Amino acid sequence: MAAVPLDWYLILAGLLFAIGTVGVLVSRNAIVILMAIELMLNAVNLTFVAFSHYMGKNDGQVLVFLVMTVAAAEAAVGLAIILNIFRTRESVNIDDINLMKW
Amino acid sequence: MDLVGLIPLLPILGFAAIGLGGRWLPKKAVSILGPGVVGASFLMTLAVFFQLFSLPPSERRVVTSLFSWVVAGNFSVDISFLVDPLSMVMALVVTGVGFLIHVYSVGYMGEDPGYRRYFAYLNLFTFSMLCLVLSSNFLLMYLGWEGVGLCSYLLIGFWYEKKSAADAGKKAFIVNRVGDFGFALGVMLIFTTFGTLDFGGVFSQAPALSTEGGQRIATAITLLLFLGAVGKSAQIPLYTWLPDAMEGPTPVSALIHAATMVTAGVYMVARCHALYLLAPFSMAVVAVIGALTAIMAASIGLVQNDIKRVLAYSTISQLGYMFLACGVGAFTAGIFHLVTHAFFKALLFLGAGSVIHALSGEQDLRKMGGLRKYMPATYTTFLIATLAISGVPLLSGFFSKDQILSAAFFSPQGGNFLWLLGIVTASMTAFYMFRLFFLTFTGGCRASEEVQHHIHESPHSMTVPLMILGFLAVVGGYIGMPHALGGVNAIAGYLAPVFADLPHLPEPSLGMEYLLMATSVVVAFLGISLAYFFYVRSPQAAERLRQNFLYTLLLNKYYVDEIYQALIVSPIVAGSRWVWERFDLGIIDGAVNGSARLVEKLALRGRQLQTGYVRQYAMAVVMGVVIILAYLVWG
Amino acid sequence: MEMAVFLGAGFVALVSAILVFTQKNPVASVVFLVVTLAAQAVLFLLLNAPFVAALQIIVYAGAIMVLFLFVVMLLNLGRDEFGPEKRKFIRPLAVVFALVLVLEVLAIFKTGLLDQARLTYHLDFTGDFGTVAGVGLLLFTRYLYPFEITSVLLLAALLGTVILAKKLPGRKGEL
Repeated sequence: MAAVPLDWYLILAGLLFAIGTVGVLVSRNAIVILMAIELMLNAVNLTFVAFSHYMGKNDGQVLVFLVMTVAAAEAAVGLAIILNIFRTRESVNIDDINLMKW
Repeated sequence: MDLVGLIPLLPILGFAAIGLGGRWLPKKAVSILGPGVVGASFLMTLAVFFQLFSLPPSERRVVTSLFSWVVAGNFSVDISFLVDPLSMVMALVVTGVGFLIHVYSVGYMGEDPGYRRYFAYLNLFTFSMLCLVLSSNFLLMYLGWEGVGLCSYLLIGFWYEKKSAADAGKKAFIVNRVGDFGFALGVMLIFTTFGTLDFGGVFSQAPALSTEGGQRIATAITLLLFLGAVGKSAQIPLYTWLPDAMEGPTPVSALIHAATMVTAGVYMVARCHALYLLAPFSMAVVAVIGALTAIMAASIGLVQNDIKRVLAYSTISQLGYMFLACGVGAFTAGIFHLVTHAFFKALLFLGAGSVIHALSGEQDLRKMGGLRKYMPATYTTFLIATLAISGVPLLSGFFSKDQILSAAFFSPQGGNFLWLLGIVTASMTAFYMFRLFFLTFTGGCRASEEVQHHIHESPHSMTVPLMILGFLAVVGGYIGMPHALGGVNAIAGYLAPVFADLPHLPEPSLGMEYLLMATSVVVAFLGISLAYFFYVRSPQAAERLRQNFLYTLLLNKYYVDEIYQALIVSPIVAGSRWVWERFDLGIIDGAVNGSARLVEKLALRGRQLQTGYVRQYAMAVVMGVVIILAYLVWG
Repeated sequence: MEMAVFLGAGFVALVSAILVFTQKNPVASVVFLVVTLAAQAVLFLLLNAPFVAALQIIVYAGAIMVLFLFVVMLLNLGRDEFGPEKRKFIRPLAVVFALVLVLEVLAIFKTGLLDQARLTYHLDFTGDFGTVAGVGLLLFTRYLYPFEITSVLLLAALLGTVILAKKLPGRKGEL
């Protein structure tokens, strides 16, 4: 039934993860950065499900469930922080937020 | 005998109470507590003494062990006290004379702002001294030995805001360190030789050292111990600290630097006589050092102008006598002189303190005089003490000094030369003591008008101890009346159990003994007459004496301090300075500062990495992950 | 057939993932993110995991993305211009490192780390694999503690978000 080999899924997940990484690094909009992080998390989810499938065990999917919970919490807190920053700085440009330095 | 533990315990409790109580303790309480604990300790000592006396002479040696102190492998030391005639004599002197001096201090130090501190130190000293004399092993003795050294330092520098006092304290401490080093080495050598530090164990094994090689070890041990005694008891060459120690309060000089601490060396040598008897060479060293110190210090004392310094040199000289006695094997005579000396020298110091007190702190003999009519009690007691130390017959000093001189003459280890040194010293002693006495109490007063106005007899708390000591200085000698004068020499009989292992001295011929006695009486009166001539009859003659090379030499104390300064102190200071500047400042501080500077430089560069740009941080994270992954995959 | 679906969904996921951060308008970014999430949900279905696929659509593409969209609109970001890039080295460096990362992923296949996984291919999905029952059972048995701790995490996030987003006296800004 499974005509698609595991490796292909893993390569796809790797590509998605790399794209997410690039997204985190190149975008300057804090919200977009958060979205890119979601992308990376999703790439990982894909590997979980792929392994779960090829090993015939449900454990991987449980982990996906947990990752989603963490992602939701992270997104909520991250957005709240961005909201706060926007209140004081009138900007979501991550380069404007550079007080944490020497 | 169980009370013996209380004897040192009481003063240390007093020290704790006064030391910790501090300002919260009313001054009145300190005045009662300070002397009180020592007085109680004296009563305890008396009780123990009579208990000991009730035992038959051969059993008068009781060791009371309180608890284990140090146990490490085969090294085991107890806190244990030895009660025997010798330790009891010392304990009685320490607590008895100590108590009188404590009482005297109540009056003398009454106005001092450091009153409480003073009594705390004094109690601590009494504790340490009692540990020293009552200990039944070398380690506890060493504890007491160092303890009295510490208290001596603290009390000499009691008025530490005065630079000379602080310096004198340091000098005493450092010079004593030299001696204590020898003492410590001696104790260690004793342990490696005998495997124990217990007096009983060591002295019972001592005869095993009578072999050829054993004698060499015994000589080494005894010389090292004697080095300690030389430091503590201010003998040549380590005596220079004692005259400077006069910077301390006068009662301290009386207690520590006349009656008790400085005699610790004599006590220690007497205690270790079993070892010294095995080392004839050490005995000779002790005797010669003692005799030389006696005459040298006495000669310096002839011309000093500071009342306390004269007494200090006199103390050194008298301690020399005691070592002379020990060195010729007359330990009993040495201890006897120690006791009588404690009485009359404490009295002299306290009398001098009374004089200084009356003259508003004046210590220069040239600015005294004529105090007889102002201070009758001080005058009388001082005269008694002066007569006693000068060896005038029927007073204590005569008997004890005479015993030493006759021992020096008759003993196989002695000889005419040592006796001659002793007799010359005796005449000098009489001279400088009466010089001091005449300059202080007779003639006209040379003090300034203002000072004269304040001259007064001291309060009762000061004069009563003087009178008690005066009484003791008179009768103290009768515990050791020589047989030649029809006495019974009680102290020799009393101490006999301790010195039972001494070889019996040949019985001197009675005629010879009378001759020696007569000689010492004659030289004593010769000294007194000379003093009378120079300082009462014709002071102009004394003036003429000053234009003299010898006088300058003596006045400058043979330039010993200067020689030590040039030969020892200066090179050490220069060397220390060099090490400090090169090694300490250069290498050690340099390394520390250098590493700090390196970190600072690195941090200045390194903190530039913290740009504050979050994306840059994220980039760094990604780079790190990729590099680690590369290592895992390809590495 | 399956291969075709995989290739199609994978292509959509990749392309829309790239489009997520190449948009000037954050609203468009959100939309493309939803697309890539949906594409991945299709892949999940393909992998016999209907429960996770459903969660992906409902929770991720639904709830979380709505949250993002809400914030974007609340802040009224629209088409934002951030001006010229000040840290020019980051972009090329990011691409280079992302490529290295992909190479590393490919290299993993050569290390033999996955051989074990390949050996245990288990292709019988008749049981409760991927169903709500199957996953749920594990969640409440073997993974009970992590599951419960997750609830604490959510509670903490909830409180943190409320505190952070709440308008406190002294904080400036109109929102």
